[in-house]
Amino acid sequence: MDERFFFHALKVNEDICIGCSHCMNACPTEAIRIWNGKANIDDNLCVDCGECERVCPVKAIYVEDNSFDDIYKFKYRVALIPSVFVGQFPENIKASQVYSVMHQIGFTHVYELERAVGVLNDAILEYQDKEGNELPIISSFCPAIVRLVQVKYPSLVDNILKLVTPSDFAAAFYKKKLIDEGIPEEDIGLFYITPCAAKIAAIKSPVGAKKSLVDGVINLNKLFNKVYREIKNGNTNSSIIPEPTVTHAYKLRWSLTHGEASRVKGRTIAVDGIANVMEFLEIIENEEVSGIDYLECRACKEGCAGGILNKENRFLVVERLKKRIERNSEKKRKIISSGIAKYKSYLEKEMKVGEIEPRSMMMLDTDMHTAMLKMEESERIQHRLPGIDCGACGAPTCRALSEDIVKGDATLSHCVFVQKVLMKKGEINMDTAFSIIDKIWGEKIVRGTIIKRKK
Amino acid sequence: MQLNYSIEGGDFTNAGNASSQVKKILKKLNVDPKITRRVVVALYEAEVNVAAHAYRGEIIVDINTERIRVVLKDEGPGIESIENAMTEGFSTASAEVRQMGFGAGMGLPNINKNADELNIKSDVGVGTELEIITKLK
Repeated sequence: MDERFFFHALKVNEDICIGCSHCMNACPTEAIRIWNGKANIDDNLCVDCGECERVCPVKAIYVEDNSFDDIYKFKYRVALIPSVFVGQFPENIKASQVYSVMHQIGFTHVYELERAVGVLNDAILEYQDKEGNELPIISSFCPAIVRLVQVKYPSLVDNILKLVTPSDFAAAFYKKKLIDEGIPEEDIGLFYITPCAAKIAAIKSPVGAKKSLVDGVINLNKLFNKVYREIKNGNTNSSIIPEPTVTHAYKLRWSLTHGEASRVKGRTIAVDGIANVMEFLEIIENEEVSGIDYLECRACKEGCAGGILNKENRFLVVERLKKRIERNSEKKRKIISSGIAKYKSYLEKEMKVGEIEPRSMMMLDTDMHTAMLKMEESERIQHRLPGIDCGACGAPTCRALSEDIVKGDATLSHCVFVQKVLMKKGEINMDTAFSIIDKIWGEKIVRGTIIKRKK
Repeated sequence: MQLNYSIEGGDFTNAGNASSQVKKILKKLNVDPKITRRVVVALYEAEVNVAAHAYRGEIIVDINTERIRVVLKDEGPGIESIENAMTEGFSTASAEVRQMGFGAGMGLPNINKNADELNIKSDVGVGTELEIITKLK
C-alpha cells in the first residue's frame, strides 16, 4: 500500500523534546522509542490516544490541527462544536453567549453536533435488532478505541459498530441542509472543534469510511482562548441572534461516560480510560464473559470531557454539562428542532461504515516461522536483561528492547547494564560505550549537560 | 516451540493466565486473529475446567506453522461420561462454582466448537487429558 494507513495528529517537536522518556512509559501501545535524544512515535502502533501529551514535561508533543484562518477560505463557515466545548466556560456564561461570540469571531453557522445524536441513537437501536451481529457491539464513537482494536485486538474488529459518529452525522446533515438552502457546495466550509487528537486523525484518514466531509479541524483549547477573551472583554454583540442550543439531556450527555451505554438496548457496559479499556478488551477477546450486548469504550476518563485539548478539568466540565441539563429541565425549555429529523433516511443511507480492517501490529515478523525464531531469540535476550525496565536504552521495557533487538532496531549494548559488563570484560571501551549512549540520548543533550556542570 | 504452564484446582483467579500468555505469543507470531481467538477461547475454557474440577493440572502448548496443539493433563476425579460432558447444559459443578458464574455446562461443548480436533482421555479417579488441535492451514 502506497498511502500511509494511519494519519497521526500527535507529533513530536524535536526542537523542544529532551528525550526524557516520560511519553515512552505512558504509551499504552509501546509505540514510542527514544532515539538520538528525541521521542519517536511509530506510526503503525500509535492510536492517537494522547497519553504521551499528558505526561510530557516540556510540551514537546503537539497536535497537528488547522490554523483558525483556514476558515476564511470559505464563504460559509460552519463550526461543529461538541458540548464539552460549552462546558469549558464558567457557569455564568450561557451556551447562547458562546454561540454568539463564535459568530463574531468569524463563523457564519454554529451547530452543536450533539443535536445529531438522536438520529444516531435510532440508527444504533435498529442496528442492534439486525441478525448476525458479533456481540458485544463495540461503540465506534471514540476513534482512539477503533484504532486500538485494529492494532491490538484485531479479532474484535467485526464487533465494532458500523455506524459513523455524531460529528459525521452532524457534518453530513449540515452540509446537505445548506446545499438545500441554495448554497453552492464549494462555498461551505465545515470545521470540527476537537477535544482530542484521535478525532483529528479520524477526520484526516477515516477508518472504513469515505473521505470525511469535514474541511478542517480546530483545536478546542485554542478556540476556547479566543472566545473567552472576547467574552472577558465584554465584546458580546447582542444583535447577533444565535442558533438554538441543545436541550435534550441524553444528547448533551452522549460524549460522557455512560452517555451512550445508557441509551442502547440490552446489557451494556461503559469503560473509560485507555488502560481500563485494554483490560476489558482482553476479557472480551478471551470470551471470559458472555451476555454483554453493547460496550461503550472511551480512551479518556470521563469521556470527551477528559480529552487532551480540554482547557478545563474534566470533572468540572462534567459538572457544568449536568448543570446545563438541570437548567434546561427547570425552565422547561421548548425543544427547537434543528431540522435533522427530515434528513433521517438520507443520513442513514450515507453514514454506514465499510469494512474495518484488522491492522495487527504486534507481530515480530510476517512469516510465522521467522517470527518463532525471533521470539525464541528475544526470550533468550530478555532473560539476560536486568528486568527493571529502567528505559535507559530508549525502549519502555526490557522485553521491548529484546524484541527491538531481534527486529534489528536496537542492539544488546543499548542496555546500560550490559554495557557495564562489557566494559569490565574489556569487550568495549569507554569511547564505544559513550557513543552508544550518545546515540540514545543525543549528543547535544549529553554535551549540554556537561557544559552546564562546568559553569 | 513449546510452552508449559501449570494450574491449581480451585484457583479461578489464575485460571486464564495461560490463555492470556498464549494470546500474546500468537499475536507476535502473526497468527490470524480469528484463529488466535479460537485457540484462546478453547484454552481459557479448559483452564477453568481444571480449576473447577481437578486438583492440579499442567498445560503444554506446542506451536508449529501447521497447527497449534494444546494438551491439558490434570489429576482429578476424571469424567464419568464423556458423552454427557459433551452435551450443552450438562454440568457436575458444585453450587459454589455456579455462583461464581461458571458451571453452565458449556465448557467442553465450547472447547469442541473452537477446536478443529478435540481428543479426551479420562480415567475416573485419576484424571483427564484433553488434546485441543487448531489447524493453521
